[in-house]
Amino acid sequence: MSRPPLSKQDEGDGMTSLDLVPTNAGVDATAPLLEVRDLHVEFKVRDAVTKAVNGVNYSVNAGETLAVLGESGSGKSVTAQAIMGILDSPPGRIAKGEIFFQGQDILSLSEKERRKLRGSKMAMIFQDALSSLNPVLSVGFQLGEMFRSHLGMSRKDAKAKAIELMDRVKIPAAAARVNDYPHQFSGGMRQRIMIAMALALEPDLIIADEPTTALDVTVQAQVMDLLAELQREYNMGLILITHDLGVVADVADKIAVMYAGRIVEHAPVHELYKRPAHPYTRGLLDSIPRLDHKGHELYAIKGLPPNLQQIPPGCAFNPRCSRAQDICLTEVPALAPVTERDGTELVGRGSACHFWKETLHG
Amino acid sequence: MGRYVARRLGQLIVVVLGATMILFACLFVLPGDPVGQIAGSDKARDPAVIKQLHEQYGLDEPLVVQYGNYVGNLVTGDLGEDYTQGRPVTEILVPKLGNTAKLAVFAIAIDIVIGIAVGVVAAMRRYSIWDVSATFVTTLAIGVPSIVLGMIMQRFFVVELNWFPLIADGSFKSMVLPAVTLAIIDAALVAQLARSAMLEVLRADYVKTAVAKGLSRRTVLFRHVLRNSVIPVITYLGISFGTLLGGAIITETIFNWNGIGLALIQAIQQNNNPIIVGVVTISVAVFVLLNLVVDLLYAALDPRIRLA
Amino acid sequence: MTELVTGTGEPTAADPTAAKQGAEPSVARVSQWADIRHRFFANKLAVVGLAIIVLLILTAVFAPLLAPHDPLRQDLNATLQSPGSGHLLGTDALGRDQLSRLIYGSRIAVIVGLASIFVALSIGIVLGALAGYFGRWVDTVIMRTADIFFAFPLLIGAIVIILLMGRGVLPVVLSLGVFQWATFARLLRSQILSVREMDFVHAAQALGASRSRIIRKHILPNSLTSVLVYGTSNVGIAIVAEASLSYLGVGVDPEVAEWGNMISAGRGFMGAKDFMWTYPSIAIVITALGFVLLGNGLRDALDPKLR
Repeated sequence: MSRPPLSKQDEGDGMTSLDLVPTNAGVDATAPLLEVRDLHVEFKVRDAVTKAVNGVNYSVNAGETLAVLGESGSGKSVTAQAIMGILDSPPGRIAKGEIFFQGQDILSLSEKERRKLRGSKMAMIFQDALSSLNPVLSVGFQLGEMFRSHLGMSRKDAKAKAIELMDRVKIPAAAARVNDYPHQFSGGMRQRIMIAMALALEPDLIIADEPTTALDVTVQAQVMDLLAELQREYNMGLILITHDLGVVADVADKIAVMYAGRIVEHAPVHELYKRPAHPYTRGLLDSIPRLDHKGHELYAIKGLPPNLQQIPPGCAFNPRCSRAQDICLTEVPALAPVTERDGTELVGRGSACHFWKETLHG
Repeated sequence: MGRYVARRLGQLIVVVLGATMILFACLFVLPGDPVGQIAGSDKARDPAVIKQLHEQYGLDEPLVVQYGNYVGNLVTGDLGEDYTQGRPVTEILVPKLGNTAKLAVFAIAIDIVIGIAVGVVAAMRRYSIWDVSATFVTTLAIGVPSIVLGMIMQRFFVVELNWFPLIADGSFKSMVLPAVTLAIIDAALVAQLARSAMLEVLRADYVKTAVAKGLSRRTVLFRHVLRNSVIPVITYLGISFGTLLGGAIITETIFNWNGIGLALIQAIQQNNNPIIVGVVTISVAVFVLLNLVVDLLYAALDPRIRLA
Repeated sequence: MTELVTGTGEPTAADPTAAKQGAEPSVARVSQWADIRHRFFANKLAVVGLAIIVLLILTAVFAPLLAPHDPLRQDLNATLQSPGSGHLLGTDALGRDQLSRLIYGSRIAVIVGLASIFVALSIGIVLGALAGYFGRWVDTVIMRTADIFFAFPLLIGAIVIILLMGRGVLPVVLSLGVFQWATFARLLRSQILSVREMDFVHAAQALGASRSRIIRKHILPNSLTSVLVYGTSNVGIAIVAEASLSYLGVGVDPEVAEWGNMISAGRGFMGAKDFMWTYPSIAIVITALGFVLLGNGLRDALDPKLR
């Protein structure tokens, strides 16, 4: 089940592919950088099985940014960890599905081969840089580790590279600060170090898991801009995991909205904002405070996120949905293409709602 | 750093002085005239002998003066003369202190090596048969006091199997039983501590980062997990020196190990106050000094700790 | 994300946090204790530990009813008898009944264990609380004094006091108390310092609660819990220390029926009359284990994050 690896030139010209649902598994010159197919991940603790991811499909091209949106527990981070191969296992396990990276089925690789991919071909940026950096090792050492471990560089050369990297992510006085420890940096600077670490070996794919959530609003924009800038420069694919619709709008090309371990809607970013085709997406958009609605009560989706050990039958969102009908309680809606009123297909869009028409057009 | 050490040393001197004051106040209100002990029972009835001995040991001076003399001498490393042999206390105790130190170092080595190894294996194989047995054995070990463990060791390895001498001769072989007896409770505690510290570190975000960086399992374990896990163990060992010194009295007594613990018990039986004062003073000084060393080590291992 | 979605939602019957919002702090504390109790009793080993301790205390209380003989009565015609029908656990070198001495020995263990920790806790709580509330020079003086006491290894410090007061139960209780208070004082002080900065204390201050009310109702109850738990698990340490002192000949009087004395008396008969020291050893080990299990159970019940 492996495909010939693709060289960089073959990976498209930066034009965004909006196909989230793979159409053809054959050899394909326009195959995406990363493709996740029907991924299922579950966590088994004692007798309880938590179904964290229940059939996710998405793809990312080189130079493209996919935003994955969802509440905590929606499975967005677990999917990312499955791609990176860093699931806590046990108890976590991939129950089903495939992940293709540069045409290769990476789930069939040995752990040693997976490890070589990590850091060099695909890298991850975590949410809380303070807890994600080792408190007892200097940042220079932790950056240099990438070069020493993957390229076998000497300690001294690795440190020089670390300083270079710190310069690259615009940390002032990098040479003077290379021996400092994580706690000696500000939150924004620490996240820059995380970015530098992910970038060290110029990977083809970066997964950023809520990279700005822990930061002040003013710093958020700076860090996001830096990330977007570096992504363009290296033509990397970027998966941006977030719950913040505001962050997504400026940098993402396309969005996948996750709920209870499934993608419930996907769309090019601006279309999703203008015309959501799933009641959950609509709820998310309506709960953003807006200046022109001053004085109105802020909308909130009622109820609580689902219990992943007992996902409701039918559409997982039905207990919280104002549109829910009998069919929603029994049948799981498939992620299907959506169309205009006149039947023309909306390219790159899909919704997993029995009543997408009413939501989109009504 | 230098200033911190200087300040801590200053505090340390105050603490040792305070401790000797408590000690002195206690010992010299003791019932029974120690001179009877020195002179032997028949001579003790001779007032002239008693007077002469009182003068020789400065026992006729007021307590405050005696304490002043004691502290003055202490600064120069002079702990006075003992009552039974008339030899300088320092001369008697220094070789014994060396013996106790040997025992303690051996015991701490056992604590660190066995304790951390058991803790790490238990944490890595959490809930496995290894982990469960480790928890069982360490809990049991913590519940067996030194007096009991020492008796059992002696019964089997000395009396029954005759593997070790009854009276320790200072050789490495004769050190094994007392050192193991001294070490076991702390080794068990270190193992439990290392296990829980390691479990906590294994769940830390930075370990996930290390894995995501593509580091090998070994690098992740040794560089990122182990180093962070030993920090609480080091702190614990610092605190446990006190128990170790107390435990040394018991093990040295049981196994006739010629250290300061045995010297203390013998001195108590002989009312030999200068030796008692000497042993207690040395214990207190060593204890606080080692605590300082541990704090420095702690700061060296964890850069978040600022010495101030 | 949850903030974004549910943040302003109206409280519904399904929302469990809504009902608790108006609850009094004291109610919250009761439920905290209930939680701790629930977690404790869910832990089988902890319950075993508790059972051992209850049994020990019952033995101590009913020792005169349980003991077949007077533990002090010597019978020079029946010395060093092996366990048998007349004397279930044999007799010692003075012909005293070992079983009765063992049973009466539990009294010394219980009395010294509880009383010495009571002394240590009383001193430690008062001084630790003073240091924690008043800070400044009060804090400095108390904590430097604590440093001095802390500098004595427990057994060595205890020996010093016993040399001053002579052997006996009271000197042992006092000596073990006096050299353990510093730990409790330090622990309580640091608890107070951290609790004092918690939001609910600031909230109480903002609502205009008086200083003494804040101390009584908020700071002390929340700081004391861990000190008391730590104290409970230290009872076992005190019992072992007491037996060790007696074993070394610096504890209670040698003729007193006490486990350390019994082991010490058996030392000379090692290999020949092992029953003399094995039974009291078993008694100490079971007691110590009981307190270790109880202490672990309490600790886990209080702070359930890692098992």
